[in-house]
Amino acid sequence: MTEMRMSGAELLLKALVDQGVDTVFGYPGGAVLPIYDALFKQNAIRHVLVRHEQGAVHAAEGYARSTGKPGVVLVTSGPGATNAVTGLTDALMDSIPIVCLTGQVATHLIGNDAFQECDTTGITRPCTKHNWLVKSTEDLARTVHEAFYVATNGRPGPVVIDLPKDVQINQGSYTPPGDVRHKTYRPRVDGDDRQIAEAVRLLAHAKRPIFYTGGGIINSGPRAVAALREFARITGVPVTSTLMGLGAYPASDRQWLGMLGMHGMYEANWAMHDCDVMFALGSRFDDRVTGAIALFSPGSKKVHVDIDPSSINKNVAVEIGIVGDAGRIIEAMIAEWKKQGYQIDKAANDEWWRQIDQWRAKNCLAYYKSDKIIKPQYALERLHALTAGRKTYISTEVGQHQMWAAQFMRFDDPNRWMTSGGLGTMGYGLPAAIGCQLGNPDALVIDIAGEASILMNIQELGTACQYRLPVKVFILNNEYMGMVRQWQELLHGGRYSESYSDALPDFVKLAEAFHCVGMRVTDPGDLDRTIKEMIAIDRPVVVDCIVDKAENCYPMVPSGAAHNQMILGDGAGVAAKIEDNGLALV
Amino acid sequence: MEPEKKILSHTISVLVDNESGVLARVIGLFSGRGYNIESLTVAEVDPAGHRSRITVVTSGTAMVIEQIKAQLSRLVPIHRVSDLTQEGPHVARELALVKVAAAGDKRVESLRIADIFRARVVDSTIHSFVFEITGTTDKVNAFVNLMQPLGLVDVSRTGVAAISRGPEPM
Repeated sequence: MTEMRMSGAELLLKALVDQGVDTVFGYPGGAVLPIYDALFKQNAIRHVLVRHEQGAVHAAEGYARSTGKPGVVLVTSGPGATNAVTGLTDALMDSIPIVCLTGQVATHLIGNDAFQECDTTGITRPCTKHNWLVKSTEDLARTVHEAFYVATNGRPGPVVIDLPKDVQINQGSYTPPGDVRHKTYRPRVDGDDRQIAEAVRLLAHAKRPIFYTGGGIINSGPRAVAALREFARITGVPVTSTLMGLGAYPASDRQWLGMLGMHGMYEANWAMHDCDVMFALGSRFDDRVTGAIALFSPGSKKVHVDIDPSSINKNVAVEIGIVGDAGRIIEAMIAEWKKQGYQIDKAANDEWWRQIDQWRAKNCLAYYKSDKIIKPQYALERLHALTAGRKTYISTEVGQHQMWAAQFMRFDDPNRWMTSGGLGTMGYGLPAAIGCQLGNPDALVIDIAGEASILMNIQELGTACQYRLPVKVFILNNEYMGMVRQWQELLHGGRYSESYSDALPDFVKLAEAFHCVGMRVTDPGDLDRTIKEMIAIDRPVVVDCIVDKAENCYPMVPSGAAHNQMILGDGAGVAAKIEDNGLALV
Repeated sequence: MEPEKKILSHTISVLVDNESGVLARVIGLFSGRGYNIESLTVAEVDPAGHRSRITVVTSGTAMVIEQIKAQLSRLVPIHRVSDLTQEGPHVARELALVKVAAAGDKRVESLRIADIFRARVVDSTIHSFVFEITGTTDKVNAFVNLMQPLGLVDVSRTGVAAISRGPEPM
């Protein structure tokens, strides 16, 4: 039998199809023309033309997070690759599996400062999990399979494959995926049995335990989500989560404490501070979560489950660090709990919940209602109420609206929430919503945005229009970069340096210019009608929701403070609580 | 000083796939995360298997040293990370080439000290010597310091290469 020879571009597409890829987000250019030519001649892969390469990566992230499959990006050399860098960094910080294919100048031109040349592997080395420069067409298919393996195994993340133009054109032979046993990268998935037994024993004797879960549960998949829910049910332990982990545990459940951290729930942060045993499950003790490290949960014994060994003892020293897949380890913990016949300590559990209910009674999300002006919290309360019961996916940009969304959009299911947690990338939400809608054609997908953030990738309305994607953009327009304004109010004497959104476009006309539907709402009395209309329209819609300009996002752990030094919505004494060392923190 | 804040020096061996960019990944990890590199050596040790060995001497608190090893371990092309300082007795050596230009008594004295340190003369002119010295970092430092007043003009050092004692491989 003669070996099948194909061009590099054809080999690439065959490898993608064999990896189960059906959608690629991309933007053409000189160095990827052979690949675009090969795309033109086939029907197995749908190419989605974005309007900016950053949008391609965020769209792939939205696709990946909502479907559980890796997102694939195709961009050209030079500016195509550099424009993708923000998206790649975002995916690295939030552990999102992305395979990004970049064109490169022909191998004989590399290093010559050729047109649209840049050192893509050099530039993307620190913002990818791994990257490859393919120098021979013979290596191409194998490299693609390896890239998918690395992106999706262990702690997921973005990878880049840099493809010189001659490698795309030259003929080579195909290597099928087969059984991958990577020569060096073999992350550990099963936890250590002895450590698991020790951790579960600790939990069984705890008086004030807490589960602090993160994006690792979502990344681990449906089995991890099911295991977490069962583990919480049989142990009676209260559950809080990071921004990235929302939806893994149902927000409608009594054991749910809400999100923790800087703008987390009062009861969640106090429970973290006062607990005696903490199980960190697929979370990484990020600074938004811990507040002042020296004051973080001082009295607790900590168990940390993470697939990335470098996450353990990085920020917070723990008693037991278990490396492996969160789902598998929680399943093993459940088995151990049952095997040992452990029971909930009813008296201690009741006492712990009595305390938690006292914290809950603070009603930390309370805000002053108004019938004249739309409060941003009210807008999201209504948005949540009017979308509940539907298959709804929410993405956000970054800032106050993002935190309000995390507080008020209550998720009962995983993979429904897409936000830029680690990097905090303004401009993430619209392209992420587009990617999500492509992966979930029948779902209601809403980007909750701010008027400043949305302008960072507004061009993607063109993509939504071209592919008839009925994404909704719900702008909480307070004419300020709200979180910047809030910090300037709290920390910088109300000197609102450059945080006013001056010369804003007319978002209704802007939407219409992109062939989308634009709506504006200013009166609280019109809010419900507007939201219902937005949902009913089977086209992309932009809602310009004019909200209170002065509203701050509470509760808040001021920078440099501890979980039990939270401030609530009246804002009293905020400035006094932020000490000088807090000023230097982000 | 509190024990957790004590700065420790560790010698870490890293076995890597000798692919392009692997050294940049290791160095970029150290610079990107603010870790110290006191010395770094790299060379291919298994040409058939395309494996290189990197020896890095670094310093930090115990928590930082653990982080460095964990961060190195998760780089994709890395086979093994071994903390020689922690894992037991090991031998660490470096080589230096030391150029001394002098005449008269100083020239004679430099030769005499080289003899004490078992340094070899690998180049000689009427006006200069190049000495080759091998040993621990302290020994090389001492030799270089002694040559300073005797006409030292140039030093080239390899950095530390290290290996564990006993029959076991890395």
